[in-house]
Amino acid sequence: MTAVTQLRGSRELLSNLTMREVRGKYKRTALGQLWSLINPLAMMLIYTAVFGQVLKIQVPPGHPSGLKVFALWLICALLPWNFLNSAISGGMGALVGNANLIKKTYFPREVLVAATVFSWDITLLTEMGVLALVLVAFGGMPLPWLPLVVVFIALLTLFALGLGLALSVANVYFRDTQHFVGILMQLWFYATPIVYPITYVHDKAQHLKARGWDIHLEFIYRLNPMERFTAVFRNLMYDNRWPTLGDSLYCVGAAVISVAVGYWLFMRFEGRMAEEL
Amino acid sequence: MTDSAIVVDDVSKRFRLYHQRNQSIKAALMRGGRASYEEFWALRDVSFEVPVGSMFGIMGTNGSGKSTLLKCIAKILRPDAGRISSTGKLSALLELGSGFHPELSGRENVYLNGSILGLSKRQLDARFDEIVEFAGVEQFIDQPVKNYSSGMYVRLGFSVAINVDPDILLVDEVLAVGDAAFQDKCMEKFAEFRRAGKTVVVVSHAMGTMRTLCDRVAWLERGNLVEVGRPDELIDRYIDEGHSSRVDAEGGSQWGSGEAVLSSVAFIDATGQPITKVRTGDEATIRLTYDAHERIDKPVFGLAIETLEGVYVWASNTRDADYVPDCIESNGTVEFHIPRLMLLPGTFDISASIVDYSTTHVYDFRRHCYRFDVDHGTPRESGGLVSLGGEWQNLRSTENT
Repeated sequence: MTAVTQLRGSRELLSNLTMREVRGKYKRTALGQLWSLINPLAMMLIYTAVFGQVLKIQVPPGHPSGLKVFALWLICALLPWNFLNSAISGGMGALVGNANLIKKTYFPREVLVAATVFSWDITLLTEMGVLALVLVAFGGMPLPWLPLVVVFIALLTLFALGLGLALSVANVYFRDTQHFVGILMQLWFYATPIVYPITYVHDKAQHLKARGWDIHLEFIYRLNPMERFTAVFRNLMYDNRWPTLGDSLYCVGAAVISVAVGYWLFMRFEGRMAEEL
Repeated sequence: MTDSAIVVDDVSKRFRLYHQRNQSIKAALMRGGRASYEEFWALRDVSFEVPVGSMFGIMGTNGSGKSTLLKCIAKILRPDAGRISSTGKLSALLELGSGFHPELSGRENVYLNGSILGLSKRQLDARFDEIVEFAGVEQFIDQPVKNYSSGMYVRLGFSVAINVDPDILLVDEVLAVGDAAFQDKCMEKFAEFRRAGKTVVVVSHAMGTMRTLCDRVAWLERGNLVEVGRPDELIDRYIDEGHSSRVDAEGGSQWGSGEAVLSSVAFIDATGQPITKVRTGDEATIRLTYDAHERIDKPVFGLAIETLEGVYVWASNTRDADYVPDCIESNGTVEFHIPRLMLLPGTFDISASIVDYSTTHVYDFRRHCYRFDVDHGTPRESGGLVSLGGEWQNLRSTENT
């Protein structure tokens, strides 16, 4: 509870630091905030070319939206993933990057990590807004689902915040963390059904089972919280239907556990931070 | 007994001096998770109280734990033992403008830095003009701060921090920022602070400033508290006692080929005793004692004076003064006589040297080997480093010419 009171006390600071991140990100670039749309667009085009055209990955049509566009199907999951990736790597570097500030002034340090994570929320919200309009143009109807999308963005934010808090202190003590996490994120990306549908995993599991390898592949695969978040965001944006209760609860659980553990670790190692930096 | 704004109760702070720092996971795993380090006590059982509404000075040589103590009070560092409690809002001026983002404008940074220091948007709106005016950067407030001169940067940082309106202000050696006009403004602000019954804790090397500003001072030595007391007596003792250890232990650096060395450098009084305190306008002599191990032809002796901040105030050598002996062969002294010392109050360092006649080969160079304080004397002039010894005159009206 103290965490909440403290966070409320530094609400102003949090919003100012968040805006500093947002404004600082694209300062002195000709295109400014447009970059936050160009980046995912470029990624979408590349992945669509490679996975949609060259590898010809087949995706199920949206139900009940009836959409059948690989690029759109992809980006509904790619945007949340990009958020997670940026928020984790940004949050992880927030303490080391603001070493000067930490060594010279006192304020609740977790605000630095939170501000970085929240700054990417602004990006994600903008991107999702634009995506919703594009989906409408292609005949989807994501607009009624947008409030729920916001709820799940909030959950995803908590999930990322917890990881960011834990990794940011780890990074103060071991600078290897950031490089190590860089690789893990690559692995995590391909272990999540973003560029391919989960039916591929289902098929593979059946295939293995038929050969006598009953290793619960699908069960293990679905332990990954990002798999659930991906499914939920696709349900809402691409299919325009209710996410399953199981997925939703899993997301809530992942968010709560992540933020609780992350905050606990952060508080435990925060004391000697100023001298370790 | 008045109330205390800050109570420092038996505080100790330990630092780890890593032999081999475990900043990589591999290193940590190989050493079984244990980094090898030595402990170093930056503060040891320090206790004192700072009364509300006082100006409290902390002095001590470099590495005595002053800044560590200030950071502990500011909650940036957490003491390993003991407790520090403070009443009221606290603002620390440790490094000015440290929270600025170079790409953002002055305006955005004022709001950002202000909120780091705990001001709300509404409070900042109300004080914005005052902050900008105090810093004197009105014209540039919408420019990115990376284009600011270092002076502007620091002034804006100071201005934000001081306008936070804290109950306790912690200041670390920032009195030396900005030009004279800005320093005067800062002094005024400190005075205003005290009138308002606020508490100021200041860490400084500038003994002159400490003497005039502080009500009480604490003297730290290698992490231990030597004494807390009234500034006049304590500062005098500090300077007297500090001088011997300062010259030997950490008086600066020494280098040179060593055929001749300076065995001592000192200000001396009429009786030849070393002194560390002189007054503006006093007669003074600096004596160099040398020790030549072999015959050296045409040696050149040099002296230089710098302020603690490193401002080069004065220098002279025996070649330029056309006072070069044919040779020196053993021990001896040479003196520089000053009929009237035209330095204004402050603390200064002397560097001395013996070089060859071409001034390219250094036999011995002793940097910052002697420190002395100048106190108010005559002439009494208002500020700066040197006295010009001039006088005001010829006041007349030009109305009817």
